[in-house]
Amino acid sequence: MTSANTPLRTPAQSAELLRGHVTVAALKERLIRGVLFLCALVSVITTLAIIFVLVTESIVGVGSNTAFFQDVSVWEFLTETRWTPQYAEQHFGILPLLCGTLLVAGIAALLGLPVGLASAVYLSEYASPRTRKNVKPILEILAGIPTIVYGYFALVFVTPYLIRPVFQDLLGFNVSIYNALSAGIVVGIMIIPMVSSMSEDALRSVPRGLREAGYALGSTKFDVSARVILPAAISGILASFLLAISRAIGETMAVTIAAGQSPTLTLNPFESVQTMTSFIVNVSQGDTPVGTPSYKSLYAIALTLFCMTLAMNLLSHFIMRRFREVYE
Amino acid sequence: MSMSFAEIVEQRQGGSVAVSAGVIPAIKLSTKNLSFFYGETQALFEVTIDIPARNVTALIGPSGCGKSTFLRTLNRMNDIIEGTRHTGTVWLEGADIHDKRVDVVALRKRVGMVFQKSTPFPKSIFDNIAYGPRIAGEKRKKVLAEIVESCLKRAALWDEVSNRLKESALSLSGGQQQRLCIARSLATDPEVLLMDEPASALDPASTARIEDLIFELKENYTIVIVTHNMQQAARVSDSTGFFFQGQLIEMGSTLNVFRRPKEQATEDYITGRFG
Repeated sequence: MTSANTPLRTPAQSAELLRGHVTVAALKERLIRGVLFLCALVSVITTLAIIFVLVTESIVGVGSNTAFFQDVSVWEFLTETRWTPQYAEQHFGILPLLCGTLLVAGIAALLGLPVGLASAVYLSEYASPRTRKNVKPILEILAGIPTIVYGYFALVFVTPYLIRPVFQDLLGFNVSIYNALSAGIVVGIMIIPMVSSMSEDALRSVPRGLREAGYALGSTKFDVSARVILPAAISGILASFLLAISRAIGETMAVTIAAGQSPTLTLNPFESVQTMTSFIVNVSQGDTPVGTPSYKSLYAIALTLFCMTLAMNLLSHFIMRRFREVYE
Repeated sequence: MSMSFAEIVEQRQGGSVAVSAGVIPAIKLSTKNLSFFYGETQALFEVTIDIPARNVTALIGPSGCGKSTFLRTLNRMNDIIEGTRHTGTVWLEGADIHDKRVDVVALRKRVGMVFQKSTPFPKSIFDNIAYGPRIAGEKRKKVLAEIVESCLKRAALWDEVSNRLKESALSLSGGQQQRLCIARSLATDPEVLLMDEPASALDPASTARIEDLIFELKENYTIVIVTHNMQQAARVSDSTGFFFQGQLIEMGSTLNVFRRPKEQATEDYITGRFG
């Protein structure tokens, strides 16, 4: 450290600081800053633009264009139990789609969350470093498989070779070839890597001292994992759960293929259902004329979907911040 | 400041030095030719030591001398570190703790440990203390409450927390957290307490409380404390071992080690010539 009495620089050095050549570097710096800012702006603008389009098409009409909720009341949208935009007698009740979405996401969560968490605990607490090094890339491959492959897998393998033999041949249920269960199963598999890797991060960030303290009290590995590490990492784990559910709700291709296209209000996992996302696929691919209520219902659905996933993500951030134990 | 370590020992213990010097205490823990390796690095060299029961044994030495590593071999805490191994033997009351039939979980219940940095679990004060009994299968609320109260009392923390047992242990001050950790160790009903610089992160007042506590606890427990603070060793311990470069240089009664060290290295260290 320089003492207070010695000058930091000679007068000549100080003069150099104020002179010429600095500006080039400063300009460059400003340019870089500007480019980086623009790149950051892209995603912000995109988000805002999407929200703008969703709102103008579904809530407030712009110009001659009427919005969806000006044609169909919010009350009907939320309480009507039929969703038949392509029929002569049109009904716009989101409940069948919402129900289909939640059914698939629920099955996915029932499968994916516990398995993902268990594999996180295994990787973080039980596995040797070598096992961890080998298993983690495999999980990442699982995360990298295109979702349409999962959908196909559900349709040609999960339903005929797993679900039907057990639930139809053995237990006597009537299993449709398109069904919520197969979609839920593959979406559940899909979210395992996400839950596992985020939860593992949360588990591993628990201070080593806590683990040692647990062992020093005569704990088994399971005691330490279940009673010390899990509770200490609960905020990160819950956050990973919420993001995974949000992902399951937003999942599209796999459920479009596996769950089918019938907007039925049912909780029967063996029946074909339509989710909000697969309805959007369906209409986008079809010949629905622009401007019709059926076309505009896309935006209302998209807005609902957006609000649901946004709420989940916000909640997950809130839990992360609010419930994180602060370790020095 | 002018008081020598030997004077500290004499002043504090008064007559009790003579008493404990006159009786040959039972040996609680002992090691023979214990060497320890982190991968290729050898951290302990042929350590042979006898640790008397119901006494405070201080392990002193400069940073990196192996005293903490040694302490952690006594409850096999190093087992959880990958790539470590040992040679030689550690006995707890004559039983080899590395014997295949020894359940390391049961061993750690008998040989508890308190760490340098306090490690309260992110649970309530009550649940922290009740942790040990609970994993041992105790479910009765009344029994747990009794254990919590008696352990907090023994750790001299009861008066400060008795009316807020449900609050998070993380809300306690640093010194209170460390006493909580001691209370939590006591709740598993150990015979030996290993303490790894338990007061090094604490202010002087909290340190004094911990030291008083150690002094009281030795009535019922065998205590091994690692410290880099020689006044502390002089204040609380009955015997002292000096570690240097992974070797146990000297071990003897605290008074003798500080007053008449046998080895030059010990003398250099306690007179402040290095370390």
